[in-house]
Amino acid sequence: MLILSRDTWQEIFGSIQKNKARTIITVIGVLWGIFIYIVLSGAAKGLDNGFEERFENIAMNSMFAWAQTTSVPYAGFKTGRPIQLKLGDVRTLATRVPEIQYIAPRIVKGAFGGESGSVVYGQRTGSYSVYGDFPVLSKIAAQKIYVGGRFVNEGDIKENRKVCVIGERTQKELFGKYIDPIGKFIRIDNVFFKVIGIKKFEDGGGFGDDGDITIPFSTYRKLYNTGDNVGWLAIAAYDDADVIKVEQDVKKVLKKIHKISPEDERAIGSFNLGELFTKISGFAKGLTFLSLVVGIATIIAGVIGIGNILLISVKERTKELGVRRALGATPSEVRGQIILESVFLTLIAGIFGIILGSFALKGIAVASEGADIPYTNPTVPIPFVLGALFIMVVLGTLIGLIPAQRAVSIKPIDALREE
Amino acid sequence: MIEIKDLHKSYKIGKNSLHVLKGININVEEGELVAIMGSSGSGKSTLLNILGMLDVADEGTYTLDAVPIKDLDETKAAKYRNKFLGFIFQSFNLINYKTAVENVALPLYYQKVGRKERTEKAMQYLQKVGLADWASHLPSELSGGQKQRIAIARALAAEPKVLLADEPTGALDSTTSYEVMNLIQNINDEGKTILVVTHENDIAKMCKRVVRLKDGVIIEDEKVNQVRASDHV
Ligand SMILES: Nc1ncnc2c1ncn2[C@@H]1O[C@H](COP(=O)(O)OP(=O)(O)O)[C@@H](O)[C@H]1O
Ligand SMILES: [Mg+2]
Repeated sequence: MLILSRDTWQEIFGSIQKNKARTIITVIGVLWGIFIYIVLSGAAKGLDNGFEERFENIAMNSMFAWAQTTSVPYAGFKTGRPIQLKLGDVRTLATRVPEIQYIAPRIVKGAFGGESGSVVYGQRTGSYSVYGDFPVLSKIAAQKIYVGGRFVNEGDIKENRKVCVIGERTQKELFGKYIDPIGKFIRIDNVFFKVIGIKKFEDGGGFGDDGDITIPFSTYRKLYNTGDNVGWLAIAAYDDADVIKVEQDVKKVLKKIHKISPEDERAIGSFNLGELFTKISGFAKGLTFLSLVVGIATIIAGVIGIGNILLISVKERTKELGVRRALGATPSEVRGQIILESVFLTLIAGIFGIILGSFALKGIAVASEGADIPYTNPTVPIPFVLGALFIMVVLGTLIGLIPAQRAVSIKPIDALREE
Repeated sequence: MIEIKDLHKSYKIGKNSLHVLKGININVEEGELVAIMGSSGSGKSTLLNILGMLDVADEGTYTLDAVPIKDLDETKAAKYRNKFLGFIFQSFNLINYKTAVENVALPLYYQKVGRKERTEKAMQYLQKVGLADWASHLPSELSGGQKQRIAIARALAAEPKVLLADEPTGALDSTTSYEVMNLIQNINDEGKTILVVTHENDIAKMCKRVVRLKDGVIIEDEKVNQVRASDHV
């Protein structure tokens, strides 16, 4: 009843309006706090969304393993022995590490510093990395093929078909705007390949670019005479598996197959996205936490500022409050009024802060549009906003208690004597 | 209306204690207009403040309108003040950001009277003190005499049993003082019990009874022939 009555509000407005400049300055303190909180946590959310969007094409619990040279002598071998992954490793891994859902051996010409494949279509030539892949790769990293085309399939593998999937850039450079490449033949290192698909390039796998050409793994072996050699392995673990453990197990098995010392940390290289994701989402979480800490701290500072101002205001109004009490204001009425002033100021500041913060987020979103940063849909979850408002009401009440208590702690007669 | 028996009050100042009221006995009937006189520092305000429940006595009994006033906590005191007492201060004590009518309506706000009725009543009392036309003015736009009349209207608005005025003319020139006393006499004529603290003889003579304080006791208490303030205006 006290809160809703128009009279109560009028009393509050009356006393707040008395010192407009000071009220505004104080309100700005809290406003700034909630503003920072909203902008920071919204931006953190935006980054989080942005990262998620970038990596949505690739299985979160995937990993890669490749071979290097040994760094520890073992089983009669000297250190510095180069290791070569073989197709046979794939089956061994699949049986020994049951957490593996998909495993795709990959091989490439170019990409890692070697010579790229030289590609010709009519008068146009270019050099692009050429990948030998199995269809299962698309289960690990989504392969987006433009309508009308397809990715490498089992039939291609079985029959060593000379077919290829080209990248967007390859399409542009070799075919230009007006020719549909599907069904056309290009020469890769002097062998004719039929184009079966155009791959939409999505950043996120780390390596690879929009010029990559993919041919069936089996065809690649024959073309480049690579035998059973495998460049590296792309592996996706089951959703509930611990990728880090899978990574360790995979390395353990590979070391065993290739007679590498279990202590050799260098012979098998690996990289797991799960860890990367944990790190990235950890970063976003850290940012959210930081914004929470900074925001709350600023809000607290602002609310303390309000408490301070009210304390001064109460001191200045000692006489007025004395008069009110002489006229019949009870201590709880006086206290209530001051606490309501505090809550009111805090809330007004909070609401304005939220509004301005939202505008700022909108501004950042517009400014970052098109720029190459992972930043998508920066929003602050409603519960966070409500939580912040709730905290502010609580803090406003608590801080208001101090001046409120101070206002009634003085006897009315002493208050009236004050000048 | 008011019964005071053997009232004592000391102020503590550091280690010393200043015995200001040393056994005051006084009865005031309904409808009286009493001047409390005495030199500066004689304890007039102290007495009035105790009567006004703004301060508490150390010893003695106080009965107001047959209600024994004792064991007061601040909430109870506030309610009694609101119901029984109207205050008129030397320095008016109007709230400077409220208009005349808002000031007058304030005691009614604490009586939980609805807004409309409150304003109506406040206007009625402004009319009574002849300042209805000034209702929407802030105190800073009013003269001293006008402010005191607003304060009187405010004191009356809650329809208290007793009006307590501490040097109500202390800050006013003599013409204005007489106007204010005229108003107080008129209110008294209507039956309101009024106590006026003053150290001015001419003001005291406008009351019906003069009580003199000296060294913390009443040295004189006599009925006087009231001089009408209107004769001086
Ligand atoms: N709150 C107080 N603390 C200490 N001494 C006080 C206080 N109020 C009044 N006194 C002293 O008590 C005496 C009586 O004061 P007061 O009742 O105000 O006198 P009067 O109103 O007659 O001038 C004075 O000597 C004054 O200094
Ligand atoms: Mg005095």
